[in-house]
Amino acid sequence: MIAFHGVKTARACLLAASTSVLALGTANAQDYSGVSLNIMTFTGPQIAEPLQRRAPDFEAATGAEINVVTVPFSDLYTRLLTDWATGTNSVDAAVFAPQWSVDFITPGFLVDLTDWVAVDDDLQVDDVAGFFREFSQQFSGRTYMLTLDGDFQMAYYRTDVLAELGMEPPETWDDYLAIAAAADGMDMNGDGQPDYGSCISKKRNAQAYWAIHSIAGAFLQSQGTSQGAFFDPEDMTPLVNNAGFRRALEIYVATTEFGPPDEINLDVGDTRSLFTTGQCALTIDWGDIGTLAIDPENSRVVDLVGATMLPGSTEVLDRDSGELVACDDATCPHAVNGVNRAPFAAFGGWSGGINAAADELAQEAAYAFFSYMSRPEHSNEDVTIGITGFNPYRVSQFENLDQWLAAGMSEAAAQSYLGAIGDSLSSPNMIIDLRIPQNQRYQQVVLDTALARLLAGEIDIDDAMAQIEAGWNELNDEIGREDQLAAYRASLGL
Amino acid sequence: MTTAPVVPTDRDPLGATAGWRARFGEWAERQASLVFILPATLVILAFSLFPLLVSAYLAVSRFRLGPGGFELSYAGFANFRKLLFGSEQFHFLGRLEAFGLVEWILLAGVAGLLGWWLARAYRQPKIGVVGKIGRTITAALVLALTALTLATTLAGGAFGSLMTTLFYVVVGCSLQFLIGLGLAMLCAQPIIGRNVFRILFFIPVMVTPVGIAYAFRMLADMTRGPLAPIWDAFGLGELSWAADPWAARMVVIVGDSWQWVPFIFIVLLAALENQPREQIEAAQLDGASGWETFRDVSWPAIAPTAATVMLIRIIEAFKIIDLPNVLTNGGPGIATESMTLHAFFAWRTQDLGGSAAIAYMLLFVSVVISVSFFHFVVRRARRENA
Repeated sequence: MIAFHGVKTARACLLAASTSVLALGTANAQDYSGVSLNIMTFTGPQIAEPLQRRAPDFEAATGAEINVVTVPFSDLYTRLLTDWATGTNSVDAAVFAPQWSVDFITPGFLVDLTDWVAVDDDLQVDDVAGFFREFSQQFSGRTYMLTLDGDFQMAYYRTDVLAELGMEPPETWDDYLAIAAAADGMDMNGDGQPDYGSCISKKRNAQAYWAIHSIAGAFLQSQGTSQGAFFDPEDMTPLVNNAGFRRALEIYVATTEFGPPDEINLDVGDTRSLFTTGQCALTIDWGDIGTLAIDPENSRVVDLVGATMLPGSTEVLDRDSGELVACDDATCPHAVNGVNRAPFAAFGGWSGGINAAADELAQEAAYAFFSYMSRPEHSNEDVTIGITGFNPYRVSQFENLDQWLAAGMSEAAAQSYLGAIGDSLSSPNMIIDLRIPQNQRYQQVVLDTALARLLAGEIDIDDAMAQIEAGWNELNDEIGREDQLAAYRASLGL
Repeated sequence: MTTAPVVPTDRDPLGATAGWRARFGEWAERQASLVFILPATLVILAFSLFPLLVSAYLAVSRFRLGPGGFELSYAGFANFRKLLFGSEQFHFLGRLEAFGLVEWILLAGVAGLLGWWLARAYRQPKIGVVGKIGRTITAALVLALTALTLATTLAGGAFGSLMTTLFYVVVGCSLQFLIGLGLAMLCAQPIIGRNVFRILFFIPVMVTPVGIAYAFRMLADMTRGPLAPIWDAFGLGELSWAADPWAARMVVIVGDSWQWVPFIFIVLLAALENQPREQIEAAQLDGASGWETFRDVSWPAIAPTAATVMLIRIIEAFKIIDLPNVLTNGGPGIATESMTLHAFFAWRTQDLGGSAAIAYMLLFVSVVISVSFFHFVVRRARRENA
């Protein structure tokens, strides 16, 4: 074991030396000639774009060949798992959701990068914000992935529309609905057509299902991160059939009244496009809107966008009674102005993992490429470009306003945008996304299907809650309730 | 090289040895046909039966990926139970609501008709045991589907993937047949440029289904599609068909029809053009109207072909997946999800057992309906034509 670690450390040192040279862009970079890397991610343009854009420079410096393979988001998890579990191993590395990594790490599909990261000075891993370092990169104290993106869902609003309405940015979900109702039908982009009060992606089999916990979080979790918002950490009872989740579903459905007619078929790319072309007063999204809004070619809302931490609630769930109770010092210890807010680190941020069955040289080349992508001189630029899909995750990206001003953001917009992410990141009541084995089946299958049926009018809220609860309990029993409970508690730091 | 068989006789001086050789030779000759056909049969079985058996095994198993491959554990009929009675019932059968008086009366009516039909069949001596069993299965399936239809429509429930698939099959195929027949009748007339029309009508069947689905998604986009100004002019710009279950299903059927009408059209056109001209001319000379000529002359002539082409179309329609997948992604909710798409979604989430169970349910339903259609429609049409 010691010898093994010794070999790994030696490899790590060599790799670190090579990536350092690579940073200089000299001809002395590690030679990966003949190494062809297949890197899988989802059909972009987000996420795939920066990989494809930076690949030629990396190829020129190292001789490696980078093939970015893209698949639809709903196929990504299965395609990767199938490729690696069946020994096909046509994919050398992937950029995917760190919350899925548990299913890849436990069977030994991912390379342990701990030693490599420790000696990779150019990566500046200490600059990666603590949450992303621990949640996105690590599992059981070891590093398996490299963070390329920082994800929190936030609420975005049109500053000019709110000023015209004489309303303040939403602090609670009731505020959100009130603004959406007031703004709905206004012409917000000067085309003479009525626009929408709220645009939230609600498409099935896409990246929409996180929005429900962005809303429900404020009602379900008030005692801090370790309380959890998905299951009761005492017995793994799903927190989806109670007054808090019901209220969240009511709000979720109510926002549809103020949205575009085909909102239930819009993916995040569609709602982003609607918002940045000035057709929506409000939206919930990851950090992408902030940078897409400053793209002068495609945005009609440059400097007209504000961001805030996800709205909250003045009532939270009493888990004993299953009912909502008013916030006070005991029920909402982290509340501000009597409002409990629970920012949701949805998805966790796209991160790179390497196939443990790939050739050693391919593993090294893949690490070198991810390190190249993540190091500050590259990522600090990428996070300011909307099309990349990369959102800030390094401390330096929050502290240095200059790069945001250089990218075209006004100081006020930059402070609003970074402030919303920073507030979310530092919140003691932040919700950590579900990270138990096969979490994809809980969220992308059971939750997503029930939400789609609810929005389509096939079932009512009671049926939706019962269906999610039954589905999650069935999965708990199938996979092993005790094992899932242990994994869930570990993810909450219990 | 062939060897002349040795025929043993009582006078054969070699006695028992010659007799054994002769018997072996005869046996070998009898088996020769089997030996020659065996390799081809084994290959066919390997390619048709093997997947069927493997998927049957998958249907009663639970699949899980793990280090170095996968694990399959026996799960009994859990996957089928889940579909019919468990957490996937809503997805497969639909949301079932309790029957009211009207639903009970209708169901009793259908049950009565089926009972009368079965009793009549049982009394006919020319119908053998297999025929009786087949009719009983058909009647049971029709009764079950009637109950399901009532529970998911009149009683206030919602379709699952089984009923959605049947909707595509029944409504889609009927529509396609009527349009295909109509176009074939038109193109069978001596009109100018009819060859151009034939080519134009036939083009859609040659386009890849996914291409058709994407083209239709673009055309049917009422807010951003190329026809948006027209929808706007009719005040339909804010209407979202994709958000309404029935509208979405109908758009799938329109797309499916656009693709498959040409197939029916071209086959029926060939059948129409092959019918004897003298009979039509004789009918016209006798003063028969166009409708009478079609009903009494053309239709009997093309009925066997029409029945056969519909059988092929029905079998194909059961497998619909590309259009709802691309057009609506199975939505809104699960409203446009066919059984094949349902199985695909289950497969995509590594529920291979569930996926195989859905595939077997599809196989059962499609086989019973197709065999019944063949027996009661295709064969009857052929008999009447003969």
